[in-house]
Amino acid sequence: MSIIEIRNLTKKFELDGHTITALDGIDLSIEKGDVFGIIGMSGAGKSTLVRSINYLETPTEGDVLIDGENLANLNEKQLRRMRSRIGMIFQNFNLLEQKNVLENVCFPLEVNGVKKKDARKRAKEVLQLVKLSEKEKAYPSQLSGGQQQRVAIARALATNPQILLCDEATSALDPQTTFSILSLLREINETLGITIVIITHQMSVVTEVCKKVAIIDGGRLAETGTVEKIFRNPESDAAKELISGKEIRFTPLSNLDTGRKIRIVFKENSAYEPVMANMILKLQAPVNILKADTRNVGGKAVGEMILGLPEGESIKADIISYLTERGISVTEDFENE
Amino acid sequence: MNEQVIIMLLEGIRDTLYMTFGSVILGYALGLPMGILLYMSGEDGLKPKPVIYRILDLIINIVRSIPFLILLILLIPFTRLLVGQSYGSTATIVPLVICAAPYIARVVDNSFHEVDEGVIEAARAMGADNWQIVWKVLLVEARTSLLTGFTITTGVLLGYSAMSGTVGGGGLGDIAVRYGYYRWDTDIMVVTVILLIVIFQIIQNVGTKISQQSDKRKR
Repeated sequence: MSIIEIRNLTKKFELDGHTITALDGIDLSIEKGDVFGIIGMSGAGKSTLVRSINYLETPTEGDVLIDGENLANLNEKQLRRMRSRIGMIFQNFNLLEQKNVLENVCFPLEVNGVKKKDARKRAKEVLQLVKLSEKEKAYPSQLSGGQQQRVAIARALATNPQILLCDEATSALDPQTTFSILSLLREINETLGITIVIITHQMSVVTEVCKKVAIIDGGRLAETGTVEKIFRNPESDAAKELISGKEIRFTPLSNLDTGRKIRIVFKENSAYEPVMANMILKLQAPVNILKADTRNVGGKAVGEMILGLPEGESIKADIISYLTERGISVTEDFENE
Repeated sequence: MNEQVIIMLLEGIRDTLYMTFGSVILGYALGLPMGILLYMSGEDGLKPKPVIYRILDLIINIVRSIPFLILLILLIPFTRLLVGQSYGSTATIVPLVICAAPYIARVVDNSFHEVDEGVIEAARAMGADNWQIVWKVLLVEARTSLLTGFTITTGVLLGYSAMSGTVGGGGLGDIAVRYGYYRWDTDIMVVTVILLIVIFQIIQNVGTKISQQSDKRKR
């Protein structure tokens, strides 16, 4: 049984007499122990989706089941108890500015009726886990963004949750700090077995830590599957856009007047042979490299290229078969925008 | 200045402080819960209740739109009912509290609105109920702003307590009116004004210092 089961989730907002559908019939299952990414452009509805998982947003239609329990059937008190089993961290950390680190981590424990002494003991434990023990007397304003997010993670873990929701948790951080926070999340997942749901607009965050990913576009679920599968063979436009669209903002592909584009993805082993150079020499085909990038997908280096091909159907077929023979996956008629 | 005048001025200071702090404390006893209710029932509050909010909002606006001096006179029957007389320091506290409570409610509501909504959302995500959010989040996070509001309110009430001197309210204002206005004894009036300025300065400076020191955001 999935730890998080989302069925036909729909959320509508009323705004100035208009109805806005933020989420439209989302079905999603997240298994226990997963690191699950939910990715989408801003305004896609992913923030609403994550807030529905702990009922900070009440769905208009559909159900959310945590460990088999339907949140719609819980009264307020039961819902609050359920929320203490789901940790959450935010883009802006949302720490109490007037309380020090230790008091911040004690907060969810005190709210849930843990005695002050026990709360402090537990808070010190989790602060050790996020490697911030020496900062327990500091106030949030004295800490860097990365340190503040570590405090927020400690606070979210204090009540021993089964699930950790991360709402754009690294969006306010620089790349290096993002990396260290993501490593910490991975470590938490591996050592404590906590199911982690990561909401982000950055593909790099997903490829770095997530095992599975769901792509949200315009309030709908566009695509879902393992990160490796979606990165290698994106089917939906939203997935294609997220995988390659972001990085080409300097020269949008649509501006390049070439109708014959292919996207190729090669793994570590195919990088030993100079495939591209050999192909150009052998086929006498001057391809135009529009974009090239490598990424770390689940610990493996995966490379991606977008090629503009010379005119002619036969040369195109030759190129594709040459590349496919060498274990490189090819996507034809790849459109980004 | 003879001994009698000095004793009178000292008693004036005592009565002024008694009225100011008496009314500010009772005013908060009434106004703070009102402010919390106003915030909670508001449109973007913790538990929106439009009817309660509108009634509260209306009462606050009505009381606040009546000039203090008129409120003082309007409330004479009520004051007499409550403390047995309509003049003197204790009697003045009654209209001061009635005047201060709605003002305090607005100040408190305003301070709560300054608290980052993300922090409130985080508390909710951790399973906090509305009262825990008020006690453990709003009152804590808005502390600096609440203390600033407290200082401003105290200053306003100091001024109002002096105003009540025109109808026999007691304190320094009363002395200023009796000697300065009725007897043309300018010296005593000037001294009471200076004393009021000094008291105001002390309240303002101490209040500012306390609220600054309570703030853990910038260090």
